[in-house]
Amino acid sequence: MNSILDLILRLDCWLLLAPLLPGIINKVKAWVAGRRGPPVLQLYYDLARLWKKGVVMSTLASPAFVILPAVTWVALLSAAMLMPLGPLGAGLTFRGDALLWLYLLALGRFCTAWAAMETGSAFEGMGTVREVSYAVLAEAALIAAVLTLSVQSGSISWVTMLGPPMGAGAALLAAGLFIVLLSENCRVPFDDPNTHLELTMIHEAMVLDHSGPPLAAILHGASMKLLLFTVLLVQAVLPMSQLKPLAAGAVLACGVLGVTVAVGLVESLLARFAFRRVPLLLTTAFLLCLFALLVAWKGGLA
Amino acid sequence: MIALLLILVPLVAAALAAAWPDSRTRPWLLPGAGLIHFVLAWWLFFNPPVVEAGAWLGFDPLARAVLPVVSLLFLVCACYGVTYLRIRSERPNRTFVAALLAVLGLLSAGHQARHLGLLWIFTEAVTLAAVPLLHFNGTPRAFEATWKYLLVGGTGIALSLLGSLCLGYASLYGGGDGQLTFVALMAQGGGLSRPWVLIAWVLLLVGYGTKMGLAPMHTWKPDAYGEAPAIVGAILAGGVTSVAFTALLRVRAVVGAAGSGAVADHTLMAIGLFSMLVAALFLLGTRDYKRMLAYSSVEHMGILTLGASLGRAGVAAALFHVWSNGLTKGSLFLSAGNIRRAAGSPSMDAVRGMSVLTPRSAAIFVTGMFAVTACPPFGPFFSEIKVLRAALETGHWVATAMFLSCLLLAFFGITRVVFGIVDGRPNHAAKAGSKRFVETVGVIAPPFFLLVLSLWLGLFTPHIITDAWAAAVAQLFSTP
Amino acid sequence: MNHAHLNLLIGLAMGLNLLALGTSRLPLLIRAMSAQGVILGVMPTLMERPDWRVLLVAAATIGGKGLFIPGMLRRAMRTVQIDRELEPLIGFVPSILLGAGGTIAALALTPMLPLLPEHANSLLVPGALATVLTGLILLIGRTKAISQACGYLILENGIYLFGLLLIQAMPLMVEAGVLLDLTVGVFILGIIVDRIQRAFDSLDTRKLTALHE
Repeated sequence: MNSILDLILRLDCWLLLAPLLPGIINKVKAWVAGRRGPPVLQLYYDLARLWKKGVVMSTLASPAFVILPAVTWVALLSAAMLMPLGPLGAGLTFRGDALLWLYLLALGRFCTAWAAMETGSAFEGMGTVREVSYAVLAEAALIAAVLTLSVQSGSISWVTMLGPPMGAGAALLAAGLFIVLLSENCRVPFDDPNTHLELTMIHEAMVLDHSGPPLAAILHGASMKLLLFTVLLVQAVLPMSQLKPLAAGAVLACGVLGVTVAVGLVESLLARFAFRRVPLLLTTAFLLCLFALLVAWKGGLA
Repeated sequence: MIALLLILVPLVAAALAAAWPDSRTRPWLLPGAGLIHFVLAWWLFFNPPVVEAGAWLGFDPLARAVLPVVSLLFLVCACYGVTYLRIRSERPNRTFVAALLAVLGLLSAGHQARHLGLLWIFTEAVTLAAVPLLHFNGTPRAFEATWKYLLVGGTGIALSLLGSLCLGYASLYGGGDGQLTFVALMAQGGGLSRPWVLIAWVLLLVGYGTKMGLAPMHTWKPDAYGEAPAIVGAILAGGVTSVAFTALLRVRAVVGAAGSGAVADHTLMAIGLFSMLVAALFLLGTRDYKRMLAYSSVEHMGILTLGASLGRAGVAAALFHVWSNGLTKGSLFLSAGNIRRAAGSPSMDAVRGMSVLTPRSAAIFVTGMFAVTACPPFGPFFSEIKVLRAALETGHWVATAMFLSCLLLAFFGITRVVFGIVDGRPNHAAKAGSKRFVETVGVIAPPFFLLVLSLWLGLFTPHIITDAWAAAVAQLFSTP
Repeated sequence: MNHAHLNLLIGLAMGLNLLALGTSRLPLLIRAMSAQGVILGVMPTLMERPDWRVLLVAAATIGGKGLFIPGMLRRAMRTVQIDRELEPLIGFVPSILLGAGGTIAALALTPMLPLLPEHANSLLVPGALATVLTGLILLIGRTKAISQACGYLILENGIYLFGLLLIQAMPLMVEAGVLLDLTVGVFILGIIVDRIQRAFDSLDTRKLTALHE
């Protein structure tokens, strides 16, 4: 009985809090630019509006066009269930759940890419190509980061991996994961979520033809992914296992808020990079994680 | 004391040249300082001083075996330089004369350095002092050549410092007390840490090999020799390369004392033969007679290196070859310089019939060509025979075969270019240009004299000189 | 020897290597190089018992590599009015990957070398190897004369790092390395002198191709 309650609470936490993050980012951007900006809860309104609308289907598209966004959403939610939440621990934990987590993220991306190509539009194909080519590089960095955590804790389960405090490599890992976060969630300097020009879109180009509830699922899934990476970044770097549950929860919340504000600041201060310079940045992220791995490994030997 | 004067006199003369107000009389400082240097060097040659074992600088047997010929070459080139700078009076010569004299002083210092660090410092200083010499013509092509020389030579010199540091660490690891004279390092011998000695050897071979112009680090050479004045080419090919060569010999002695002599010999032989092969192949393709001389120089550096890998007899032969190659190459460079001046182009596409326009220079050039491709009875023939004999005696059949075939290919390549420019009917542009160039005694006597010296060295190799080479070999192979 | 601090500084210098390899902006390359020079100059003072010779080396290094040469390079950049974007022969991603691979290889290879016990835990040797490699990549992989000079200086920094192993036993060898700075000086002088002569405009070494075989 208690575990069911726990599950519901956790689901609520992920489902309800996630759309807050894009709102905060937009508020920070507006504040830096000196505007009032949209309300923090704007994404909730959008989701509610989209949910009430019907679906417009292309005559070319198969039923997968509607099913795939749902699969993506479920994959992301399952990944979220595997990620421990500070003192609460993970909803589901077993040996190797970090690997499953990586695969769930990949599955989500695969379904989005497939759904994007269902209508046969040239723009969506272009967006997919860009998204996937960035993802290849970002994934290498992400895997290096997971390996780092795994090497230094000697485990492949999130709960134990995120437990011990990081050594000297923490700064390297934090920088690397932050770049991965920006890339995976299509933020500036990789992609501009607010762009209205199809030629420069990446993620937005992929979802151009979606409408109604599937679009809502995609938008909500994206916000969950952002929360997921933020939580991972905070827990990977800040040592929380020694703190009392309440303090750890507060640290986690503050950390997530801090990272979100940082994303907003980066977006206000940086311009989007030219496409040809993106691989360099992602390679840098990979190297940062790789050197964190090296430090963890060497530290383990010494 | 006199040994120090060998270094100081040219350096003082260089300072004097830098301060000298009149650029018409300034070039006379070159033969002046060259003559003093020549007298001092040969006086020391006949009365070798006793060098303290721990001395950092000294006229030791190895310096005695090489420095006199450098001094001789410099003196003859200096005499040519006076006339040359009169012809080129439109170019400012203050830096040129000062730098040339500084090169002589630093060369003497480099040959006499008996300390690992000091040797490196002087080699570096020679490299830098030679920069203004290459840039004398001030053309974009000269700048390009200078830039390549600096970049490739600078990298080489940096790597040789790294190698010197590794050798220092080998000594430190083996319990050395920080003494880095070659004598002390050889005395430490087997106590040197073997892995570090091998690393040091590779780096030093690459570093000093770059200075020598061994393939594949020879890329600066054709450009530098092609664009620099003839006198600079002669001094670089006969003098500066010899410092790098003796540096390699000194390091090789330390590596041998550390018990890795066989490895060192194998690498020397490989890089020497490779240089000869590369040079021979490029000689077959080049159409520029000054670049041809550069590739020929690469080939002869290969012969020196091959000789150095063949034990005592080989090193003695290599020292002989330093003399014969230096003199012959000097003669070739100077006569090629005359032809270049008269013809106005360095390419065999534009130049022909020089036997009509500059008969004397062309005669020296052709004779020098036969000398440098080891036709008897000139010096290079005898020194290369000795290298060949050393190779056969040590049973290196494959190396011998490669050596001979490279010489043959080089012969084809060089004769192709030389007869291409000497033979035939001169074209009009060259005819007009040659009116301005007169074959005076000042530009004919020096290359002719060097050629005669090469002949003399081949026919009557004096005993005292062979004894000097033998003493140098004994110094290098002494086992304490 | 104060190992932890020294290793931290060497780690920073190695990070600057990768920055130098990855940047496409000339001013940033010069800044990375000069920061590395200052870091290297501070190092000898952290070793035990720095005597006046060691302090002299430190001062010469900070002054030469950290301040003077970068200043001259900036001046050269202004006088010559070079375009600030670098055009690489070896792309930025390949060169940064090469550099990182080299750094890891250096770290992995160093335990195989015989080192004195007081140097065994130090990053000096892998740092030196990685920096030398970075310098070589920059020398080969960049086309602008100024960036090649920067590459040469970084190569030199690597050699200096290696020299720190010997600074107490044989200071002369390390002091000799200061002469290498002179080479860089001549490089820069060449750039400036050539500009005055206006032999060519862009200082792109790819245009130095009149001489080839």
